[in-house]
Amino acid sequence: MQPAKPDLLDTANVYLPSEDIVSREIEGELILIPIVAGIGDVDDDIFSFNDVARDIWRRFDGNRSLDDIIQELAEEYEAPIDRIKADVIGWTSELLRRKMLVQR
Amino acid sequence: MNSYVMKTSRWQGPRSLLPALDIELTERCQNNCCHCCINLPEDDPAITREMTALEIKRILQQAVDLGCLQVRLTGGEPLLRHDFEDIYHYARQLGLRVMLFTNARLITPSLADLFARVPPLLPIEVSVYGMTSATYDAVARIQGAFAEFWQGIESLLQRNVQFIVKWVDLPMNRFELETFQRWAATLPWADQPPGINRSLQLRSRRDAPDKDRLIQSLRSVQEKPLVNEDIRNFCRNFLGPPGVQLFTCGCGEKPCVDAYGRLQPCLDMRAPELSYDLRTRSLRDAMLRFFPALKSQTATDPHYLERCARCFLKSLCEQCPARSWSETGSLDTPVEHLCRITHEQARALGLLAEDERGWKIIDWRNRIDNIDSL
Repeated sequence: MQPAKPDLLDTANVYLPSEDIVSREIEGELILIPIVAGIGDVDDDIFSFNDVARDIWRRFDGNRSLDDIIQELAEEYEAPIDRIKADVIGWTSELLRRKMLVQR
Repeated sequence: MNSYVMKTSRWQGPRSLLPALDIELTERCQNNCCHCCINLPEDDPAITREMTALEIKRILQQAVDLGCLQVRLTGGEPLLRHDFEDIYHYARQLGLRVMLFTNARLITPSLADLFARVPPLLPIEVSVYGMTSATYDAVARIQGAFAEFWQGIESLLQRNVQFIVKWVDLPMNRFELETFQRWAATLPWADQPPGINRSLQLRSRRDAPDKDRLIQSLRSVQEKPLVNEDIRNFCRNFLGPPGVQLFTCGCGEKPCVDAYGRLQPCLDMRAPELSYDLRTRSLRDAMLRFFPALKSQTATDPHYLERCARCFLKSLCEQCPARSWSETGSLDTPVEHLCRITHEQARALGLLAEDERGWKIIDWRNRIDNIDSL
């Protein structure tokens, strides 16, 4: 399966973590543990995030839109908004494809 | 996977205070296996002392708070508990991977459906005692046990639920070992040969001398010891006298909660003085204070100090405080049959002559260095 095309995402949407996964922080590292089958490629997959992915993930709180998240990260990283937008949309698409995120 | 996330089936992140925890949900079992070190009858009154689901959940939450990622649910037969599904669900909802040890007899289609829908994230481990009704039922000493075991296996296979199988090698099932190994190799997740347990332990709680005598009678006549490059490498890296320290293992790094809420340093260690009551105290306190204090204990048994503490073969030997306790009732008494097995292994490796003893060898470093040419 291919990731959803970035241009299909409406950045006004608000997302939150699916109830089918648990995110845990162990010794400073964020990991995502599937509860139900079908999230990983095999049934024993768990997921760990790099720093950028973690910063995005923490903002999926069911209140912020993707636009809000992009704006916040652009300010925090002092980076061009287009680059941040590409990161956020790419990552969000991946999470949606894996059913780790749901739209509010 | 994209650049934001790493997918892993064997995540090795930073080590937490408690990476994994074992919980014995019950000591009861519906099998009555002749070799077993822990089984109580299914209807044993011990059921009234077992932890409640609420107590188990409280411990699971404490474990997660300490960074635990994996819990092993074992027994007895853990599926005997009527609240197993509730406990399992809770563990998975906390984000724990669950390793289930079972004889599979109680794996119904409904339970297998649950494992397919909410996977444990680790293969279920199924003990196998025979490949026919006659053999399996003779080991389990329950008529019809094999049929239920096989139904359980079928239920898992039909739903593609990952499991691995383990064999207990006994005089009465040995003739079916090859059949087992051929079958195990056909299982979809068989990426390595199945485990074969040849090391029968006496009753963990020292509760049944008659059963201990039976277990001793079932212990294998030692086959020709294995000699290969892996064992030679192990010897090069790990042999040497251990000294007087009692625990040369992790002691408490992978602890086990027994069915009654007492935390033990490991699955096998039942000495009451080394357990910690989680019904009144916390897992955190055990990990931060109780177990570290145990690690500093030293051996006192004069035979241990004369032999094991000086024996350069100690790392090849299965003797440990848990094995000594179940065999002798003390934490540091040498276990003669383990000593004999170890010395046979060392002779097969060329580390010892026929009449030598490991604790009397002065030039042990040279022997290890020359292990290829011996």
